[in-house]
Amino acid sequence: MAAILTVLFNGVAYGFLLFVMSVGLSVSLGMMNFVNLAQASFSMLGGYIFVTALQGYGIPFMLCLPIVFFAVAIVSVVLERLIFRYFYKTDDLTQVLLTIGLVFMSIAMATYVWGGTYQRFDMPAWIIGQKDVFGLTLETYRIFLVGFGAVMAVTLIFGLERTNLGAMVRACVDNRRVATACGLNTELIFAFTFAIGGGLAGLGGALSANLLGLDPNFPLRYLVYILIVVSIGGMGTITGTLVASLALGIADVMGKYYVPQFGSFIIYLLTVIVMLWRPHGLMGRGA
Amino acid sequence: MSEAVLETKNMHMAFGGLVIFEAIDFSLRRGDRHAIIGPNGAGKTTFINLVTGLLKPRAGEIWFDGRNVTQDTPQQRVKAGLVRTFQINSLFKALNPLESVMLALLEREGRSKPSLRTVAQEKPLIDEAMALLDRFGLAGDAFSITDALAYGKQRLLEVVLALALKPKVLLLDEPAAGLSTQQGHEVFAKLADLPGETAILFIEHDMNLVFQYADIVSVFAAGSMVLQDTPENVRASPRVREVYLGA
Amino acid sequence: MSATEAASQAAAPHEAGRDYFASLARWKVWEILFWATLAGCYFFPDIDRMLMSRVIIWGLFAMSLDVLLGYRGIPSLGHAVFFGVGAYVAGFLGKFGWTEPISGLFFAMFVAGALGLVMGKLVQRVTGVGLLMVTLGLNLIVFDFVLRSTELTGGDDGLQGIVIAPVLNYFRFDIWGRTAFWYAFVVAFVLFVVTRMLLKSPFGLALIGARENPRRMLTLGAPVEGDVSRAFMIAAALAGAAGALLTQTTQTAAPTYLSFQRSADVLVILIIGGAGRLYGGFIGAIVFILLQDYVSALSPVYWYFWIGLLLVIIVSFFRKGLLPSVEQLYDRLRSRKSAGPPG
Repeated sequence: MAAILTVLFNGVAYGFLLFVMSVGLSVSLGMMNFVNLAQASFSMLGGYIFVTALQGYGIPFMLCLPIVFFAVAIVSVVLERLIFRYFYKTDDLTQVLLTIGLVFMSIAMATYVWGGTYQRFDMPAWIIGQKDVFGLTLETYRIFLVGFGAVMAVTLIFGLERTNLGAMVRACVDNRRVATACGLNTELIFAFTFAIGGGLAGLGGALSANLLGLDPNFPLRYLVYILIVVSIGGMGTITGTLVASLALGIADVMGKYYVPQFGSFIIYLLTVIVMLWRPHGLMGRGA
Repeated sequence: MSEAVLETKNMHMAFGGLVIFEAIDFSLRRGDRHAIIGPNGAGKTTFINLVTGLLKPRAGEIWFDGRNVTQDTPQQRVKAGLVRTFQINSLFKALNPLESVMLALLEREGRSKPSLRTVAQEKPLIDEAMALLDRFGLAGDAFSITDALAYGKQRLLEVVLALALKPKVLLLDEPAAGLSTQQGHEVFAKLADLPGETAILFIEHDMNLVFQYADIVSVFAAGSMVLQDTPENVRASPRVREVYLGA
Repeated sequence: MSATEAASQAAAPHEAGRDYFASLARWKVWEILFWATLAGCYFFPDIDRMLMSRVIIWGLFAMSLDVLLGYRGIPSLGHAVFFGVGAYVAGFLGKFGWTEPISGLFFAMFVAGALGLVMGKLVQRVTGVGLLMVTLGLNLIVFDFVLRSTELTGGDDGLQGIVIAPVLNYFRFDIWGRTAFWYAFVVAFVLFVVTRMLLKSPFGLALIGARENPRRMLTLGAPVEGDVSRAFMIAAALAGAAGALLTQTTQTAAPTYLSFQRSADVLVILIIGGAGRLYGGFIGAIVFILLQDYVSALSPVYWYFWIGLLLVIIVSFFRKGLLPSVEQLYDRLRSRKSAGPPG
């Protein structure tokens, strides 16, 4: 029993990581109908900035996180203004090609700057090791991840539901033309949302560096997971993304623990079934 | 009085709680030139969508050519000879008119299955396509990209595509919309030349066109058919004036 | 339009229509030149014939995606699955005693085509991002299966012990790639000719019609969804042939043949060349494979930087790919020449 709960807990921790990485893509898809595969590269960039700050400059762990968030947010908004905004009206395939081109470039650039091997670094002492919680022995870092992810999810959901800015963002997701006609500065809202989404992706990369390993192939390895989360959850819904992330995280960890011979087979199969059954995602709106 | 080729029996339609049609009994006879008129929101386009199968009625039956087609797909109805045009141009932008009409003809003849015969070998169909385009004054534009054609010509091409299927019933949703008065008359004059066995049902707002080209007129208002009569009687009817101007 | 012009067009509209479709089907001079040049590569001194046969195979593979994407307008992120299945089927045949290559090629096409038909039936109602995800997901499932079924497929190491008999019982596959080149060239050319005929047929026209406006095709009574699965089947069989060719000419089959990377590569090749032109795949393959060979020799790590940059530039400035952009330029030059004062 304890073993099952521990595995379940690890799945939840992984799920929150996926949530932080993919929520930005979900919102940009819902709002701008923009398929941004480079989201995975933002995560990788976040990971590298984090490792450089922590290991190279000895900056404390908790200070590294906001640095990563703002740095990646700035990079993503610069890219949005320079490139992405010209592609909002093109078809899905063009966007996929553009952003996968950027992913390819980012892989080569990361290799150039940080080398092709896995990054080795030391996490602070207080976050490694294990703790006993309700009779379960859990890794401290995963406990931190679950707490952090939960705070992020609650903040985002409430921020979107309860604040003025959230209302404007939702208006843009629902109907961009009407929102523009009502005098909302959609361009600014897009750029702002893009920055937050990018920053979160960077955070996700930073938090996963320790758990998933960081090398230049990171974007290609996790791109598929991010896409699965977004398409299963339904574009533009934060709750849907959260549910899909947690489900995927649990299914993946459990599957690899109990039926390792199937590997990722189960989640791929589930993805295909869900997409055939509900092409707009479990919580997505109909056509 | 000849037999009905298209009939609706007790057709009921609603979107959610909004009732569009209470119970419509409508019939179109072979060779009729039948106009549907009525104020905006009377359900005219919905009626066409129901008859062609894009929408399913909540209750009631649709009969076409002696068969109950209520459960048939739109494609099955097209194959049976029930063909429509759209209010807004719905064409093949990157193809030229000749290719577009060939699509319709090849589909009608069931010749679009995978094969190694080139389109060029379908000589009789190519000739038929050119003749059709010629009849509607489009032969000169046969090789221009559809997207680049003037709006009026695109409207004509809509009609030609529908006619290419040799329909038993042709449903035209505002064929003259967006055309000049003269162009509108040209379209209808061409339609009037069609062989008598093709029944035409058209929605039209231009009363001059309706009264000149229809043999029979149905007036729709607020989800029911208010009146069905000859153009002369409809023109004289006080009911119709009431419907249009509001009671 | 002048009165005489109008009269002459009205007088012989039928001839004009027949001529139009006849000219569409006719082989152009540049097409013949293209294939002659490709064949002529063989006689070039110092040419790497194995590399050239790989170019041809990738060209065929990209052409197969063109049927789906360029002609029917269906994007797929999982096209490598058909390539890989063709490769492994040909490999299994060679490993277990059926070494005759041509029948092996046909059988590989048949299996890949059947898989394509099933996949087409599955996705014929799905569009947009959902479609991208389903094709990607199915690709990953098969990839994962091949990678994990170590006993059957050799897993990561690939299929070992593939034996391929000489073509027509005479031309042995040699290390200089002489047989490989001609075998790949002839197969690719024959399949190209067949595909070309298929796309110039009424079926090809119907595919384009459904790409342009599927709803309108429905109201013409066309089996639009059925065409999706047929297009998938044809594209899959062609991709399977490309995969089988690679296995037979190199006597290896590896899981990378059906990786997501390969699906992305073939898409990139087609986009570089230009979709919907039939030759886009071959042009793209020539550019991509030769560039890859050259750049990788200099610095293999940075190959993906350049291909990524090329992709970004192409979707930004030449949205339709190289071939259509060249065509446009040619048309513009020609119209400028002919637009001189009337004389």
